[in-house]
Amino acid sequence: MLAQVRALASGLDRDQIVWTSGYLAALAQQANALARPEFAAVAESRQPLFWTVFFASETGNSKGVAESLNRRCHEIGITTKLQDLQGFRPHRLNKLQRAIFVIATHGLGDPPEGTEAFFEFWFGEQAPRIENLEYAVLALGDSSYADFCEIGRRLDLRLAELGAQRFAERVDCDLNYKPASEKWTLELLQKAERLTDAPGTGTPHLHAVEGGPTTPRNTSFRSSVLANQPITGRGSSKDVRHIELDIEDSGLSYLPGDSLAVMPKNPPQLVESLLSDLRLDGDSPVTVNSKTVSLSTALREDLEITVLSQPLLKALSSAHSQLAEQLANRDYLRELLRTHQVIDLVNEYPLEWDAQVFVDSLRDLPPRFYSIASSPDANPGEAHLTVSLVNYERFGRTHWGAASSFMADNPESLEVYVEPNEHFRLPEDPHTRIIMVGAGTGIAPYRAFVEHRREHGHTGENWLIFGDRNFSTDFLYQAEWLEFREQGFLKRIDLAFSRDGAQKVYVQHRIGGQGKRLYEWIVQGAHIYVCGDAHAMAGDVHSAILKVLQEQGSLSEEAAREQISQLRASGRYQRDVY
Amino acid sequence: MSTALSPVERIKANSRLLRGSIASSLEDRATGSLAEQDTHLVKFHGFYQQDDRDLRTERMAQKLEPAYSFMIRVRVPGGSVSPRQWLAMDHLARTYANRALRITTRQAFQLHGVVKGDLKTTIGEINACLLDTIAACGDVNRNVMCSPLVELSPVRAAAYKTACAISQHLTPRTGAYHELWVDGKPVTPSREAEEGEPIYGPTYLPRKFKIAIAIPPLNDVDIYAQDLGFITIVEHGELVAYNVTAGGGMGTSHGEPGTYPRLADLIGSCHPQEAVKVAEEVVKLQRDYGDRSNRKHARLKYTIDDHGLEWFKEELFKRLGFSLQPPRPYEFLKRGDNLGWRRDTDGLWHLTLFIPEGRVQDSAQYRLSSCLRDIAEMHRADFRLTPNQNLIVARVTAEERHSIEKLLDRHGVAQLQSVSPMRQQALACVALPNCPLAMAEAERYLPSFADRFDALLKKHGLENEAISVRLSGCPNGCSRPYVAEVALIGKAPGSYNLLLGGSAIGDRLAQVGLENADEASIFEYLEEILRRFAEQRSAGESFGDFAHRSLCSEVA
Repeated sequence: MLAQVRALASGLDRDQIVWTSGYLAALAQQANALARPEFAAVAESRQPLFWTVFFASETGNSKGVAESLNRRCHEIGITTKLQDLQGFRPHRLNKLQRAIFVIATHGLGDPPEGTEAFFEFWFGEQAPRIENLEYAVLALGDSSYADFCEIGRRLDLRLAELGAQRFAERVDCDLNYKPASEKWTLELLQKAERLTDAPGTGTPHLHAVEGGPTTPRNTSFRSSVLANQPITGRGSSKDVRHIELDIEDSGLSYLPGDSLAVMPKNPPQLVESLLSDLRLDGDSPVTVNSKTVSLSTALREDLEITVLSQPLLKALSSAHSQLAEQLANRDYLRELLRTHQVIDLVNEYPLEWDAQVFVDSLRDLPPRFYSIASSPDANPGEAHLTVSLVNYERFGRTHWGAASSFMADNPESLEVYVEPNEHFRLPEDPHTRIIMVGAGTGIAPYRAFVEHRREHGHTGENWLIFGDRNFSTDFLYQAEWLEFREQGFLKRIDLAFSRDGAQKVYVQHRIGGQGKRLYEWIVQGAHIYVCGDAHAMAGDVHSAILKVLQEQGSLSEEAAREQISQLRASGRYQRDVY
Repeated sequence: MSTALSPVERIKANSRLLRGSIASSLEDRATGSLAEQDTHLVKFHGFYQQDDRDLRTERMAQKLEPAYSFMIRVRVPGGSVSPRQWLAMDHLARTYANRALRITTRQAFQLHGVVKGDLKTTIGEINACLLDTIAACGDVNRNVMCSPLVELSPVRAAAYKTACAISQHLTPRTGAYHELWVDGKPVTPSREAEEGEPIYGPTYLPRKFKIAIAIPPLNDVDIYAQDLGFITIVEHGELVAYNVTAGGGMGTSHGEPGTYPRLADLIGSCHPQEAVKVAEEVVKLQRDYGDRSNRKHARLKYTIDDHGLEWFKEELFKRLGFSLQPPRPYEFLKRGDNLGWRRDTDGLWHLTLFIPEGRVQDSAQYRLSSCLRDIAEMHRADFRLTPNQNLIVARVTAEERHSIEKLLDRHGVAQLQSVSPMRQQALACVALPNCPLAMAEAERYLPSFADRFDALLKKHGLENEAISVRLSGCPNGCSRPYVAEVALIGKAPGSYNLLLGGSAIGDRLAQVGLENADEASIFEYLEEILRRFAEQRSAGESFGDFAHRSLCSEVA
């Protein structure tokens, strides 16, 4: 310290030294007044970093779990560091001794947005041995997909393969992750206490938090439905709704790019059919999440029945060995989960069900997430959603989406909460150009973006690249886009309608066709956004952008990938795909 | 009178001979519509922008623009098409148009519901079959009509030749049409500067211009409703002259007394070879003297009335460099088509088919579209579109006649032909939901109106009266209602002015019988006057004449 001051003072004249002393004194006072508690805590701690808690989040859930673990470590005096896997340089994992990973998996078995580079590195053939690392993994996912928790599972196995030491068993969490993640958190904390003799630690700190950490984002609100307007034209193959919700006085606030979680209810017709097919009495009492309700209420309000998930498959395959064999095939499982609903499977593989046993083999009805289609500043007290209603015939039955059938019944109100999405934000600079690529209801956040920019008079040019099935019926919010364009808030609009012509044209084709211009925009600092179907669109769009960078920038594929990674890291390439 | 040019005049003047920004409007995929100025210019190219008015409110709520589509009108001078052209149009109607192939009251084809993205292909294919759409709409000479009358085949042939010559001569010369629809290549600016419109000039006419040729005794083309008309004068079976008429026109506007329908005046006669020259000079006269400040006062009829008929004739004769001869005697006897088989002087057969509302389509009862397709595939001569929106299969040999009859039976088209003489010649304009000008239903209302009217006629023993009935969705009068014996002119949904008393041959205007009437009061009125007609008509008196007499005596 003294050496540092001496070094600082050398070369200064007397007046300068006197001035510097006063400056430093003032700085000290400010530091006292403004010191942020965690900053002070870290400064006080002389302990070496115990854990780095990584999260890789799609919806914010794994971030929430990691934050809770991090906070509670600090409470018991253990020094940990919270680290977003997005933006973390992959090889630096080598430098760490203890790492905790809370890792979400995308429905299709992909890593969360912005973390691809990390997994490419560590799953790749070039990954180095990493014998010094101790680690634990909590995997989050959705068991209605075959590749449930795939990324967490692979990371867990891969690190072991590379020589790292697993100090806690991996836990895989379904959508209702909180009970499992809480149990895992407590075990880790206990382990940490045993491994350290940190001062001030003790069992009183290790109490379970009921229902997990309560943060404002998960406070739900019953909002009135102000409008529920079909916005696909007559003759469309789709039924897409524009829904306006009243969130005045709700305490909910959001930014363009955020999502709204909607608590759905299952279609009553489906509950009826299911009860009759299972020959169960809807009035039978059952216990769900430690409360007792009638079976029909549980099926309508508490449990997932429009999407198949793995607990039911386990229950059925224990009685049907043929099913168990087939499920061992990942492709078969994937296809089954994609095409079948609960009612299809219980009819195909009949069992004598007991009401409670049946209920126990279903998972909780999770909320449905929708990118908010409105700017809060342009629509004070309101949040708008763009919802595609799903309803089709298969196996001789009507298949409904839970939220879809719920919205189709014109509910008077919806229970909602805001799900922030920090990875899908307008540029801070109002002059920055944006390129918005979306298909179907993926157009929703762009309506919010452009409304927002118009509301605030932001002059950055906006470019929409949108695709759907038919121009005349499915150009969502067409009249508004034309108005934006006329008012000067939509510089370019490129459209791809797949069912209008002999050849199917999608947004990725428009990206290719506009390569030169797209590249110019990117070079000049534009942000690119991609929103919509992960399965059908996001990958092709990504490849198309990669190709544009390669061709227009005369880059090798590797260099183009590197450029995309840089765009990602600097928040200039953001995706919201589902 | 204001002398400021109407806005459309400015659009025409700045259009570089009808180019405007049509090319970029077509490329804008975000909207099914065209830029506003282009909607005026594309009329000259033969199509109108329309939207499905049934869906307007619904689509506004859906945050979608109106359901735009285009009505393409195909110019068919004299209504004659080859079977190959028929098949091409039939194919286009089924491929790109959402409604049936339509035969218009001016012997042209119309395709409805063509979307913007299909315009180029559709118009390109129309040109590929040697038809075109240029000047089918717009402030130019429109499709030249010519009576398709079959009995006097040498006369018809001569008149048809004149019709084609006039049509050809008055076709705009701009390269815009060709570059937009045919070869897709814009001409170089230097070529563009060389282009000119020797007849029309850069701003074309102040308003549309309509020409027809009538072959007495049939006035199917409604010669008195045309800006310029030629009536064949025949001696010893040869065409020797045309009587010339000028200044007819139908369009009016509700509540604007300065607008009115007008019957054409007979201004003289000319040698058949002078017809093209007469047409050119009348067009040029109208180009120079027509009112370019007020489009509702811009037709030739107003030019003639504003300056006087004598002035018009003098000015015309001066421009021609000769005077027209005095008109020759002629006589019209009827306007409707003669359905069924007829034989001409060459011994060939001609079949006139009733086409309900001029719409060629298959329905549950009959397969008109399929039947005509089959006939076109086997037939070698020509098809003729009639001014009553019917169709003549012309120049059929005796052997072909037999096969055609079998087809008519097989497709249920034979039965369709047994309709009343009133129904055969009843006309309706397109109106709702397509026409942006429509105030009330017309085409969609005609079948039920005609059924009720037929029932009334039957009740009073009048089912064989060939009464001309015409429905129009607005006062612009595309179905020529002002020269009908019974006409409805739309004012608002379900509300019409009822006009009566036009003559059977179309040389007297109808008068208003009821204003703003609903269906019930219209039929109450019709029932009463038909009852009196049945009881009190003089021998051979037409319904139009009777109604005229009766309305005049009411006024007196």
